[in-house]
Amino acid sequence: MSHGHSEKHHHGGPVVYTATLIALLILTGITVGASYINFGSNSANIAIALTIASMKAILVSLFFMHLLWDKKVNAIIAATGFLFLGIFITFDLIDLNNRRDPTPRNVPVMATPTAVPESMNPQLTPAPKPYPKKVAPVEGEAEKE
Amino acid sequence: MSTTTTDLHAHGGHDSHGEHHNPFHQHHFATMEQQFDTAKIGMWTFLVTEVLMFGGLFVGFGLSQAKYPQEFVDAHHHLQRWAGSLNTVVLLFSSWTMVMAVHAAQTSQKARMKMFLWITLLCACVFMGVKYYEYSHKFEEGLLPGMFYHSQPTDTIPGSHGYATFFAFYFMMTGLHGIHILIGMGLILWLLKNADNFNSEWYTPVDLFGLYWHIVDMIWIYLFPLYYLIS
Repeated sequence: MSHGHSEKHHHGGPVVYTATLIALLILTGITVGASYINFGSNSANIAIALTIASMKAILVSLFFMHLLWDKKVNAIIAATGFLFLGIFITFDLIDLNNRRDPTPRNVPVMATPTAVPESMNPQLTPAPKPYPKKVAPVEGEAEKE
Repeated sequence: MSTTTTDLHAHGGHDSHGEHHNPFHQHHFATMEQQFDTAKIGMWTFLVTEVLMFGGLFVGFGLSQAKYPQEFVDAHHHLQRWAGSLNTVVLLFSSWTMVMAVHAAQTSQKARMKMFLWITLLCACVFMGVKYYEYSHKFEEGLLPGMFYHSQPTDTIPGSHGYATFFAFYFMMTGLHGIHILIGMGLILWLLKNADNFNSEWYTPVDLFGLYWHIVDMIWIYLFPLYYLIS
């Protein structure tokens, strides 16, 4: 450890780190700018935002977190984490896109049930009261005490 | 600080070969390098659990957004874009100062390391200050999670559960992230307190807390576009 150790961990350095920071700030600017543009659909915009975020995450992990120069085992551990996160997200998306009404096929189609309960129906619910910015004592409560 | 050094001295670093001993070399590791690598693998394993914990919240957020798209767009307009952008820049910059501090520790530049750690701590304070401003603004407006949410005149679907759900995720995720920042600030303070112990021979805590700081930054990299920029 006394020999060769110090050079071993000294890849990177201030120049590389500063370049990484500049790249990260540029990508932040791009992601803010892209959010003002309509790419066709909400999910297209989200996909673009997440792609840029992932590019930033890769920059952070490779350079700031030294994965590029580290022992490969650390990169494998990190990749495994994201792999399982990917499996998690993929199966959720499959579920989300393939949900169907589970009414049995041999049952006659019934009238669509009310999606919104009565208490939440905007026509029946009185207009929302403004949220109090300053809490004033309620009359009833003062009497109780 | 000196007691820590002597303590560790008593526990390790004295192998029978009588060669160069580092007081921070624990006896159950063959070399300092093995000790460092072991600590690093442990840290990365912990970081994976962090990714998975936040991952669950991100998936929940995504599914809720698919269920209440209009409500999420409405609710997102209550978040100030400038505050999110400012915090992103502050956090990215603090990640850079952190990696510079790690580099200074690796090259035994103590004063430089301390300076960069202080800047990182300052950035964390700015981040939490902006967070405080944002949270108090939301408390005033009644933009609160779950049953505490107060309907807003801008809600296009009044009475929908989507708004309360959005703010439940908002406070849960940014709150958990904020707690991570506070813990990170504590870790940086600990590094500053023990700054004299770190040099090119032994800087494991600086390196590991740096990794922690970067993963917190990385989580914010995803939080920022999903919460502040979706419209």
